Amino acid sequence: MNEPIIEIVENIDTAKVYTELSDSKSGGICVFVGTVRDFTNNEPVISLEFEAYKSMAIKEMAKIIDQAAEKWPLNRVVMRHAVGLKKVKEPVVVIGVSSAHREACFEACRYMIDTLKETVPIWKKEMFKDKSVWVSAHP
Amino acid sequence: MEIILFGITKDIVGKSSLNVSDLNQKPRSVGELISSLNAAYPEFTKLSSFAVAVNGEYASQEVDLKENDEIAIIPPVSGG
Repeated sequence: MNEPIIEIVENIDTAKVYTELSDSKSGGICVFVGTVRDFTNNEPVISLEFEAYKSMAIKEMAKIIDQAAEKWPLNRVVMRHAVGLKKVKEPVVVIGVSSAHREACFEACRYMIDTLKETVPIWKKEMFKDKSVWVSAHP
Repeated sequence: MEIILFGITKDIVGKSSLNVSDLNQKPRSVGELISSLNAAYPEFTKLSSFAVAVNGEYASQEVDLKENDEIAIIPPVSGG
């Protein structure tokens, strides 16, 4: 596998991920883009605010990629998360994988976003019209 | 000894880091730190869970805390 791209950035440019994953040994590229939706439990969401423990988040993201690379034969990986205030429809996370055959990239992409949501120290606050809530903080 | 706070724990404490001198006694381990935080800030006990990271790695309760460790409180993560 090539050196993965692991980043925490202010703004995500979804257009460049194809070039980053494009690879002569890959017959498939899978990309997951997480975006801001305008509702939670039927309540209108205005924006999301993301905060990261950056140094640890990068280390945890690298661990997830290592785990995925042990499970599936991958050629290139991009894992990029945004921080700061994000409006409805804006991208907040991009996970991309290229591999020789499609099964590996579909499965690895799914594994990486699912695990990122469980282990990487990044937090989001949902901003509603008259309140804000840290997601998952309370049972 | 400085403790970095994130997300809801920052809101509970009202600042982005905490000095151990703000707690009743200096915690010697991750487990003691968790108990001290729960005692000093009852809102911590209402969280779904929270973890402690020492030098950028998740740390279990038995891990000892040393003077120059980077210690951070990790409330339930919600990235993605």
